[in-house]
Formats: sequence, structure tokens, C-alpha cells
Amino acid sequence: MSTALYTQLLNLVAGAFLLTAVLILWRRELTGIIDVFALQGVALATLVGIIAVAEGSAELGAVAVGVLVLRAGVLPWVLRRAAASAGVAQRETKPLVNVVSSLLAAAALTLLAYAVSQPLVELAPSPATHAIPVGMAVVLIGFFVLVTRRLALSQLVGFLLLDNGITAVGFLTATGVGLIVELGVSLDVLLVVLVLQVLKTRMREAFGATDLDELRELHD
Amino acid sequence: MNAPSVYGTVGVILQLLIVIGLSPLLIGLMRQIRARLEGRAGPGIGQPWRDLRKLMRKQRTSPRGTSEVFRVAPLLLVATCLVVAAVAPFVTTASALDPVADLFAVVALLTLGTVALALAGLDTGTAFGGMGASRETTIIALVEPTMLVAIFALSVPVGSTNLAAIVTSGLDDPAQVFSPVSLLAAVALIVVIIAETGRLPVDNPSTHLELTMVHEAMVLEYSGPDLAMVELASAMRLTVFLGLLANLFVPWGIATSGSVPVIAIGVLAFVVKVAVLGTALAVGEVFLAKLRLFRVPELLAGSFVLGLLAVAASFFLA
Repeated sequence: MSTALYTQLLNLVAGAFLLTAVLILWRRELTGIIDVFALQGVALATLVGIIAVAEGSAELGAVAVGVLVLRAGVLPWVLRRAAASAGVAQRETKPLVNVVSSLLAAAALTLLAYAVSQPLVELAPSPATHAIPVGMAVVLIGFFVLVTRRLALSQLVGFLLLDNGITAVGFLTATGVGLIVELGVSLDVLLVVLVLQVLKTRMREAFGATDLDELRELHD
Repeated sequence: MNAPSVYGTVGVILQLLIVIGLSPLLIGLMRQIRARLEGRAGPGIGQPWRDLRKLMRKQRTSPRGTSEVFRVAPLLLVATCLVVAAVAPFVTTASALDPVADLFAVVALLTLGTVALALAGLDTGTAFGGMGASRETTIIALVEPTMLVAIFALSVPVGSTNLAAIVTSGLDDPAQVFSPVSLLAAVALIVVIIAETGRLPVDNPSTHLELTMVHEAMVLEYSGPDLAMVELASAMRLTVFLGLLANLFVPWGIATSGSVPVIAIGVLAFVVKVAVLGTALAVGEVFLAKLRLFRVPELLAGSFVLGLLAVAASFFLA
């Protein structure tokens, strides 16, 4: 693969990765959010795949397939099941910060990510490291979703967004952290999602809703 | 260097003639397509010109109590459109007025027209005029920064805010046209153009329902030649915006040097590109319902974020 084509593809995929994070902030329907999250998983897997082809590393290629299966297949499937078990199509009707402000906050967070990752980029300038701010921005946006959404499921998506961002930064800086470590992290994430899904089901049985603000008061 | 300047002048005159002559036809084409898709016969694409001719022959009236602001607004609106139509790179990049075709100047001129119309809406003192003006101001407050930011994202790799320079560099380096930067900027620009020209998800151009209209509410008090001017200007704005969109993201076909066949191809390419975009817009509108007014700022804020991401990406993915 020529360097120019590699840079072009990497930039395109990084753009798509960031765009999906913003779309998650924009959408209200939970099913829509989960669809966009699956798309982001595809973008992340493609990113890893491009790096694998550029490096000519079969191990990285296997990781890319693993990322695709986990983040575009298994996790969205688990989330969709959780959303379906809640019955009617749920919507994030009243986030703590309204959609317009959170979109503007996402813009500010992207600029912040660009500012803070500048020293990292300067350590070893290359097409891959130039895309680090994108990963950082997704981490920050994920954290923002985590703290401003009310429904348990959209907070879970925020957490997964955070993890997607961390993974992207990992691959962009160090071209991967080794198959075993990546496998461990991925299994951890899967486990967290499964545990939280069980927790959410229990919450819904106990309180009839998954609005986490209701958990502030003590009940008998 | 005498010959290019002659062709430059020819280019400017051609652009003016095309925008004035064809923009009502563009509106006619879009209405005709809509009519056909909805199963109506439609009035034909010449209808806007016939309407304008009819309005021009009527007597000039203005409501009691209105001031000069009301009378000057249509002229200002048409004048700003004409200036933009003359300077922007539509048919040729080697325009005689090339240095004026600056991104900030063009966006400011287009906004000036909108502001003039909003002031005229307020000047009539009617409830609808004020309501339309207030809505339009809400929209323009988000549209203008988005437009600036989106085109600015394209100008970063070029290193110049001159529109002709941006178009030329797109021609020289096609890879630039398919970068994530221009993708994000294109989406942002399409959304704001739809909002700014009052097309469907934001404003319904064919409605006179009190509670939903934006643009129509402001021009409710105009009649006769003044209304003709406003209508012509809004048609020209649509053409100008679609032309800018077409040439910024699909620059091929535009004349870069001065010779008769090249300029002829430039004219043809511009007409075809605008007609295709207009058709796409009209077809899209058939399938869309108007967005609730309170959801409009959300859409525009989204497109602003896309524009800002485009600028950010043009810096950190460079």
C-alpha cells in the first residue's frame, strides 16, 4: 500500500470514527444509538485492519477481526436485546444537558482533545499518530455521554464509546498492545456489559424504570 | 495579460446573465418535479417567470406606517445577490473581480440580504412579520457561523480564503475533494443551505400556514414589483448557494483559462450541476416533512459541529 493511499484511508476512517461518536450524541432513540454504535465498531475494526495491512502483521489482522466481531457484532447484539427487553422503543427524552448544548460541548471537547494530544503527536509524527486527537475526542465524548445521560442503556453506550476511544488511541500510538492484552481487555469489556445488563434488568424489575436519577432516594 | 481580462469580464457578465435568467427557471423546475412526483400536472418550468412578469406590471404599494427600511430591503436583497453572482467562481475561476471573491465577503453579503429582509419584516409592525423575522434571526445566527466554518475548513489546506483559489486547488488535486474534511464540510454546508434558502425540513416554501412559515411570514406585506424583487432574489439565492456547493465540492468543468470553448463548457457544466442539485433537492423534499421549529436549532447545531469537526480535522489530520 502506498503511503499516500494509507494516509488517505486512515484519515477517512478516523473521520468516520469521530462522526459516529457525534451522531450518538445527536440521536435520541436507543435503537438508533445502538445502530450508530455498531457502525463505530466497524470503523474501529477498519482502522485496525488498515494499520495491520500497512504493518504487514498477521497478528494485528487477527485482532482486527476480533474487534469487528466484538464491537460491531456481539456488543450491539447484547445492547439490542437489553433494549428490546424494555418493551416499547425507549428514547432519551431529557438528558441532563440538552442535545444542542451537548453537540456544542462535543465540538469543544474535540478542540480540547486536539490541544492535549499535541505533545503525544510531536513525539513521533506519522500519519497514525496524527489521528490520535480523534481517539482522544471519542474518549472525551464517551465520558460526556456517560455523565449526562439518564437512561442506564445510554450510559452503557457512553462507557463503550470511552472504551472504543481508548482502544483507538492504543492502536494509533503503539500499533496495538499485543494479542493477549487486547483479548483480556475485550473480554473485560464484554463482561462489564453483561454484568450491567443483568443489573439493569434487576433495576427495572425493582423500580419499573431505568432512569438512574430515581436511585438517589431510599426506598423501603 | 490583456486577453484573460477580457474573458474575465465576459465570464462575469455571463455569470450575472445565467443567475438572473435561469434562477426562476430553477424554481420552476423544482416545483414541476415536485408536482409530477405528487401526481399533479404542474404549471411548467416557465411559471415563475410569468409570475414575475405579472407582478412587475402591478402598481407599487406599501403598507401605511412603514419606513424606508421596508422599501430598501428588496433592492438590497437583489443587489447583494447580484454582487455574489458576479464575483463567485461559477462559470470561470479567472474572473475579472477575482480578488473580491473572498469567503468572508461572500458570506457577509449573503447574510446582509437576509438581515435586510428580517428588518423589513419587523418594520411592517404586523404580528406575522415580527414572528417571521424572529425565526429567521434564530436560524441565521446558527447558519452564518456554520457556513463560514464549513468553507473555512476547505480553505485551510489551500492556504487562502479566496473562493476561486479553493476551487482551483480542488481541480489540481482531486484527492483533496474526497478527504474526510471535505466530506464533513459538504454535509454541514448542505444542511445550512437548506435552512438558509428556506427549503423543506426547515421551512416550507409553498405554505402560507401562519404557524409554520418563516420566509413567507417576512414577505407577507410585499406586493407588486417589490414582491417580484423578493421572489427573484430568493430564487437567485438558491441558485447562488447551489452553485457554490457544486463548485466547491465538484469543481470539474469550470473554466480556468480564457477561451470561447472552455467558457462554453463552464457555462454548460454550471447549468447542469445546479439543475442536478435542484432536482435532488426537489425529490428529497417530496419525502420529507417539516421539522418542528424547536428542533431546527438542534439540526443547525449539529451541522455547526460537523463544520467545526471539518476544521479540526483539516488541522490535525494534515
